[in-house]
Amino acid sequence: MDWTALGLSLRLAGWTVVILLPVAVFSGRFLAYRTFSGKGLVEALVMLPLVLPPTVFGFYLLLAFGANSPLGQFWTSTFGHQLVFSFQGLVVASVIFNLPFAIQPAQRGFEAVPVDVREAAACCGMSPLRSLWRVELPLAWPGLMTAMVLTFAHTLGEFGIVLMVGGSIPGETKTIAIAIYDSVQGFDNEAAGTMSAVLVAISFFTIALTYWLSARVGRRLG
Amino acid sequence: MALEVMAKAAAPIPLELAFRVEPGELLALVGHSGSGKTTLLRTLAGLWRPEVARVQVNGSTWLDTAGGVDLPPHQRRVGVVFQNYALFPHMTAAQNVASAMDHSSRSARAVEAERLLELVNLHGLGGRRPAQLSGGEQQRVAVARALARRPQALLLDEPFSAVDSSTRERLYAEIIALRAHLSMPVVLVTHDMNEAQLLADRMVVIEAGKMVAEGPTGTVMSDPGALRAMGIREAAATVPATIESHDSEGMTRLITSGGPLWLPRVEGVPGSRVRVRIMAHEVILARVRPEGLSAQNILPVRIIDLQAGVGPAVMVRLAFGDDTILARITHRAVRTLALQPGDEIHAVLKSMSVARDHVIAGAPAQVVQ
Repeated sequence: MDWTALGLSLRLAGWTVVILLPVAVFSGRFLAYRTFSGKGLVEALVMLPLVLPPTVFGFYLLLAFGANSPLGQFWTSTFGHQLVFSFQGLVVASVIFNLPFAIQPAQRGFEAVPVDVREAAACCGMSPLRSLWRVELPLAWPGLMTAMVLTFAHTLGEFGIVLMVGGSIPGETKTIAIAIYDSVQGFDNEAAGTMSAVLVAISFFTIALTYWLSARVGRRLG
Repeated sequence: MALEVMAKAAAPIPLELAFRVEPGELLALVGHSGSGKTTLLRTLAGLWRPEVARVQVNGSTWLDTAGGVDLPPHQRRVGVVFQNYALFPHMTAAQNVASAMDHSSRSARAVEAERLLELVNLHGLGGRRPAQLSGGEQQRVAVARALARRPQALLLDEPFSAVDSSTRERLYAEIIALRAHLSMPVVLVTHDMNEAQLLADRMVVIEAGKMVAEGPTGTVMSDPGALRAMGIREAAATVPATIESHDSEGMTRLITSGGPLWLPRVEGVPGSRVRVRIMAHEVILARVRPEGLSAQNILPVRIIDLQAGVGPAVMVRLAFGDDTILARITHRAVRTLALQPGDEIHAVLKSMSVARDHVIAGAPAQVVQ
């Protein structure tokens, strides 16, 4: 059992959720409320990571983060180390490939807030920010909750992109999914089995938690 | 605190009108669906901006497209009751009301919310969520929430359309009673002429975005030209009355300025005041007092004037005590009876021709000329 890898995976998933939450709230809300030309294109672009093979996506990220890319050069000159094959690089990649898992449910969540309820909030004297806090977030909550859980669970399980962008550096980029793969490669089925079971337990727990929470919200609004 | 409105637009609905509502006055904006009345209400609230418009309340400008002023809804002191109430489902009734009072302290909000809920007869229901309230109760919460902001204008968008008819009759009476506490201009959007006539002081009739009639409710409702947009069959007059007694057969005897009136059972204890809407096409005129008639109300009236519209009918205005009622009869009948202004005649009204929801409890609405 590779506890370092598990810790790293949980840290990666945690950071991804923390960074994506505001992104999901503001882009999901924007996409839910606004109609503009090219909206379909934007939505398709957000969904792209869902359908691309992780290796293809990882390959492009590797090029974009690499030492020869503008982003890679900027990162190296600012932070003194490479973006690829680092934990930070994994976080950036993870944020990007989780965009559809975060934005799509958040958008559905905000779409579920009736227009007249939003208008009523404004007519009650609430500023847009106050309306977001008092009315829209509580009502869009099931969607946002789903977004966060999907992002968390999906990050724990991601394999291809992590391998492409991060390699398998213990304590830096070797996540639990990669540790399982390495164990199997090394004929250590016992370790692979334990880690797989832990991953199943964590994933099941998070999904069950969401269902429980959204059922509670459903009862409250019922 | 008068509300002054001017609006012009080409899309999505052609709009061209201007009107003014005085403080404490209830103005009904009536028109068929698609006539632009809701768009106009949204313009007042700041939820929609026509190409050219000006909205001024109490001297302050909310919207002036020429002057580049356009306050967002949350900066307009406006109270809105939406058609489906748009209550916040995750808040209790009291929290819904308090949510419109962000300007005051938490404890003051709770006290004021309780007071407003009492004002709309919802005492003790503040802890319930909207899903636990009936349609009529939800509407009352929406009214209390709209008043919580101490609005400079109160806007009601078809507020009675989502409840059943018996609840609607009760809510009419409550709105009339509530008006004693309201000092701001009130705008009621409705397609229901009965509702407009029973509740409003003045009316603006809108057809395809244009104002086709405007004036005191009684005047508009007796003007064949004004009524063309809504259907001339809506022509009616209201008569204030006092309940005298109920009989054992389900009839109620009312006292009006012109004499007694028998109607099917009217809710209320003897002595309480009501208003009765009498449809012009239900009134029959007779030169001599008819005998052996099943109709229970034969009212002595005097002809004020006769007004011909298009088509076969003539609108006859009749003095009935201190009040006015209308009769819509044919040109042919006017000719055969040789009716002239000043003639003392009889108006016949079947008790059963007055619908239940055409009688409303409460004193007559104040009349602002």
